[in-house]
Amino acid sequence: MGTVKRTEETDDRPPASLEETIADGGTIAGDEASADTPFGTVSSGTMSRRDRYEMLVNEWVVAPFKILWSDWRARVGSLIILAYVLMGTVGVRVVDPPRVGEGDRLVSPFEDLSHPLGTDNMGNDIFAQIVHATPPMLEMIVAGAVFTTVMAVVVGTLSGYKGGRTDQLLMTFNDILMTIPGLPLVIVIAVILEPRSPWLVGVIITVNAWAGLARAIRSQVLTLREESYVEASRLMGISTPQIVMKDIMPGLMPYILVNFVNSARSVIFASVGLYFLGILPFTELNWGVMMNLSYETGGALYTWETAHWLLAPMITIVILSFGLILFSQGTDRVFNPRVRARHTSAADPEEGDDDMSGEVATHIRG
Amino acid sequence: MINKYYIERTAQAVFTVFAVVTMTFGMIRLMPGGPVSYIRSQLVQQQGNQVDMEQVNALVEVYTNVAPDDPLYVQYLEYMTSLLQGDLGVSMFYNDPVTMILASAAPWTVFVMSISLVLTFGLGITLGAVMAYIEGSRFDVSTTLVSIFLNSIPYYVMAIVLVYILGYQFNWFPTGGRVSSEVATGMNLAFLQSAFYHAALPIASLVITGFGIQALAMRGNSIRVLGEDYIRVARLRGLAPHDIALRYVGRNAILPMYTGMMIAIGFMFGGSVILEEIFAYPGIGYYMFRGIMARDYPLMMGAFLIITIAVVVGIYVADLTYGKLDPRAGSGGGNREAY
Repeated sequence: MGTVKRTEETDDRPPASLEETIADGGTIAGDEASADTPFGTVSSGTMSRRDRYEMLVNEWVVAPFKILWSDWRARVGSLIILAYVLMGTVGVRVVDPPRVGEGDRLVSPFEDLSHPLGTDNMGNDIFAQIVHATPPMLEMIVAGAVFTTVMAVVVGTLSGYKGGRTDQLLMTFNDILMTIPGLPLVIVIAVILEPRSPWLVGVIITVNAWAGLARAIRSQVLTLREESYVEASRLMGISTPQIVMKDIMPGLMPYILVNFVNSARSVIFASVGLYFLGILPFTELNWGVMMNLSYETGGALYTWETAHWLLAPMITIVILSFGLILFSQGTDRVFNPRVRARHTSAADPEEGDDDMSGEVATHIRG
Repeated sequence: MINKYYIERTAQAVFTVFAVVTMTFGMIRLMPGGPVSYIRSQLVQQQGNQVDMEQVNALVEVYTNVAPDDPLYVQYLEYMTSLLQGDLGVSMFYNDPVTMILASAAPWTVFVMSISLVLTFGLGITLGAVMAYIEGSRFDVSTTLVSIFLNSIPYYVMAIVLVYILGYQFNWFPTGGRVSSEVATGMNLAFLQSAFYHAALPIASLVITGFGIQALAMRGNSIRVLGEDYIRVARLRGLAPHDIALRYVGRNAILPMYTGMMIAIGFMFGGSVILEEIFAYPGIGYYMFRGIMARDYPLMMGAFLIITIAVVVGIYVADLTYGKLDPRAGSGGGNREAY
């Protein structure tokens, strides 16, 4: 926690106690103060700016990273995601875009080094197709996941915390959106609008996907708002936005992050599905387009010769979504206050998160 | 109290359908390049030089239930009235009333989806509960991993793999249709057998890719509930272990899964568009896809409406059973303090 200095304004006790506190690192400052004056001693300790930044970095960057890395699922998950991001950014510069007739037709995979995954029926390199389909996919995922998360958090927290009329109104609207099955709605909109920009596709795909998350967040907020610390803040007259930001949001963070990753996954599922069906216009390379072409090619399903063409994009999708799920399972722990506190105070990647460690919870909020 | 909850819930379901219909109308009528203007231009093209606008508009009205020349509110009212009479327009591709096409398709989709739903949740809940009880065991760890992996396969990828390998390559399962053509329709054994046989792969693709996430959810819920004080109290009271397992842990762990189930209902019915196309299984989704490909807007919109209504009804039923399981559901809603 660093050194704690007493300020004169908040505490007017004799200086003897000040030295005492500094001497032992200030850890018992609170206890001492409360013994003397039971009220108004909560903020008796202040930190220098540098300490505060150090603590912030520790709390928001170092600790989460350490926890993340200590969990193998998160480790594998983030490596997979990183690989796809690299494929979409560096990969497209390294690997040449696929060209018709650059190789023989339907070369089997793992036979020719220049076509590691083989070629399709037009001689296009399949690996190059997969790599060059990544950037629009990533754009789509980001657009969809950000849209979902922002909408859900805003609607969910507002509705859950405010309650009353606001809640009723928002939830009626939310429930209608939630009930409409996503895929058909997206299809209808996509057919009519024919979106071409990946960003727009991402948003259209999640046009009502956020509603379910908003409801889930709302019910989380409903539980959180009955917590004693939230009630305490309210009784102290702290404003609603402040309470939502400081007391409610930290409790929601694991939920939000996990669902950010989950919505990323559902964007992949839906967009590839739509490209596979041929409902979204084939403007760019996409794994779904590859699946569509290999699936629709005459007689492809009756032979094993085109299997690699069909399987390559499917495996690509499965690995990415596997990575995303692992990551979301792993990150579940990052924001868990109990695990987190252990890492903030001591960099000790300990396993297990279900023991009661009450003293560290106060540390976090203090 | 409970009655009020039911009434409110029913009203909400009706209102949802109403809102969706209104939205559909908006999409048909108002979107630039939307169905009405599309059909109109199609008809104008067909008739060549001697375009009779009145005739064209009359045809548009037959197809979509929207008369493009009337004022908007009249169009809306007419659209609503014809829907209430069960008239969804006429399919341009099949040249049959949309209602007729979809009425014959709907039971099949409901058949496949409800079995998938029951299997997915039955399997998921059972497995999740077992995993939670032996948390940390080798079975738990490996099942968790398998669940995660299966869940990362999109259901249509699983469907393609199944139909490709088991259907086309090995010929173990049919690659299309609802029942074999040799079987007489009716409630006889051969018919049912054939129906299940044809539905096996679609159901399998949904269940295999879906039960994992439910098992993990159930596992998480159960572990959380097992740590609650009231479980400790129940144990101290000397209640029988299976009583605790079912009435305390099971019940409280299953309740949060209802949200997941409602989402799954929409997900599965919505997914029927892709799934039924892959298996050439003539359900609502299949016809919706046909409608899209042929730019047959009446069929497409009709299928969209029917799928939505099916989901609304499914969620409504789930909600009512939730009220039965959770005594708090009936009373909790209205009397929370508003800040």
